[in-house]
Amino acid sequence: MSAGKGEPLLLRWTLIALALGFMSLFVVLPLAVVFAQAFEKGWATYWAAVSEPDALAAIRLTLLAAGIAVPLNLVFGLAAAWAIAKFQFPGRNLLVTLIDLPFAVSPVISGLIYVLMFGAQGWLGPWLDQHDIRIIFAVPGIVLATVFVTFPFVARELIPLMEAQGADEEEAALVLGAGSWQLFFRITLPNIKWSLLYGVILCTARAMGEFGAVSVVSGHIRGETNTMPLHVEILYNEYNFAAAFAVASLLAILALVTLVLKRLLEGKIRQDSGYVVAAVEGSEV
Amino acid sequence: MMRLSFKRPSILPGFWPSFGYSILYLSLIVLIPLSAIFLKTATGGWARFWEVITSRQVVASYQLSFGASLAAAVINAVFGFLVAWVLVRYQFPGKRLVDALVDLPFALPTAVAGIALTALYAENGWIGRILVHWGVRVAFTRLGVLVALVFIGLPFVVRSVQPVLQDVDREIEEAAASLGAGRWQVFSRVVFPLVRPALLTGFAMSFARALGEYGSVVFISGNMPMRTEITPLLIITKLEQYDYAGATAIAVVMLVASFLMLLAINLLHWHSRKYAEVR
Repeated sequence: MSAGKGEPLLLRWTLIALALGFMSLFVVLPLAVVFAQAFEKGWATYWAAVSEPDALAAIRLTLLAAGIAVPLNLVFGLAAAWAIAKFQFPGRNLLVTLIDLPFAVSPVISGLIYVLMFGAQGWLGPWLDQHDIRIIFAVPGIVLATVFVTFPFVARELIPLMEAQGADEEEAALVLGAGSWQLFFRITLPNIKWSLLYGVILCTARAMGEFGAVSVVSGHIRGETNTMPLHVEILYNEYNFAAAFAVASLLAILALVTLVLKRLLEGKIRQDSGYVVAAVEGSEV
Repeated sequence: MMRLSFKRPSILPGFWPSFGYSILYLSLIVLIPLSAIFLKTATGGWARFWEVITSRQVVASYQLSFGASLAAAVINAVFGFLVAWVLVRYQFPGKRLVDALVDLPFALPTAVAGIALTALYAENGWIGRILVHWGVRVAFTRLGVLVALVFIGLPFVVRSVQPVLQDVDREIEEAAASLGAGRWQVFSRVVFPLVRPALLTGFAMSFARALGEYGSVVFISGNMPMRTEITPLLIITKLEQYDYAGATAIAVVMLVASFLMLLAINLLHWHSRKYAEVR
């Protein structure tokens, strides 16, 4: 910052104060109130709330849904990024736009579409009913809704990076006699590992925190189809505030861990892409 | 030889498996289920569709959803720009922490945000307690909807403005200043025009996100018919009454609105990229 050319000190500190005021009001205080309310009635109440059977069932279901949705979207993200970034074909841009579609859709609609497909009045409803398969108001529906809302996360991190990296290294490896999987594990994967992890972390956070879409397909059966966010809602609507905030605080801790990991990885990714940029610039000289 | 004509030749392996799998998975998870909404509407009858989407309760919800989302996006454009400016231009203690916390609304589950904001702004809450002295009620009013939407949209503006602001060449500013421009002139004539496309993109993204938001709003809004019901909530209400056709009709209106927003955002992106290249 070149001295003397910036704003007057008074203006500068007024702007800083305004920005910090806004941030405290809208970000810091909501976060603080979660923990304050969670521990308002002490550790014993807190512990009871997060360790009762329904809460544990909700935690298990949340982990299960994320545990299925994240690997599925990880494999898809790798496949889509490989096809889109390493090859030229017509409709690439359209494909990228379609992959981002779930981010443009309201969470409520993300749930609704599966109700229309698999619900009792849905397209496949009668057939599923005959074969005694339940998707809506059951665990498969929750998993599907979670897959939908977290669909783009991995792909959208990988596509721009792999496009920037190009195919030179892979082509060189092939010429030197590498097999397909060798190529992937020894060349491509090491080049994208931090961005891949970044996408997976964002995907996991969203998968575990999703509320609207899951709420539509869940049916809110306690101990069976309640994820952690839904469990928070039920407790809150029963005016069991301390317990609601106790479970919510677990999700808030998850959010904070996500932010820390995100920060750490952003540093790593900047180093990697800096290396890519330097390599590209070097080759042009 | 369809292969050769479809994609440009490459020696890399795995195009067809990865391309084929991507298309299959995309269709099964996203495209076919989304098309169910439009097909369901097409089979439901036009008259019924029109009746649902123009009923008084639904129109009132559009007014609230659009109005509050627009207002929230404007507030976020102003304060998001301010936060980005302060983070890029000034040094102060705790700057890195503040920078990291900007992403909290992305990371915090919406239901948690919803109950936290409600607790904060309820009449006995930390902020609500103070506001009630001035007769201002936030929780369970339209103002509450606005507060939740501001929270949810904050990162979009900051994160789209921040990198552009970082890239603004200080030498241009110094040149303008040495030619006699005052601080305000430098800002309004030099810096702001460079950042404007990114600010607009952030504004549009924040607006689009607010339109569809559900979790953070339903707790603080109180969900009073005709007054504090947002459009996504009406979809849920119809579903709970097993009125699938009604829920779908409202969803179509929302989908069309979000696709238009997506188009606008892509055009803005394209425009600002072209702008950057010209520069």
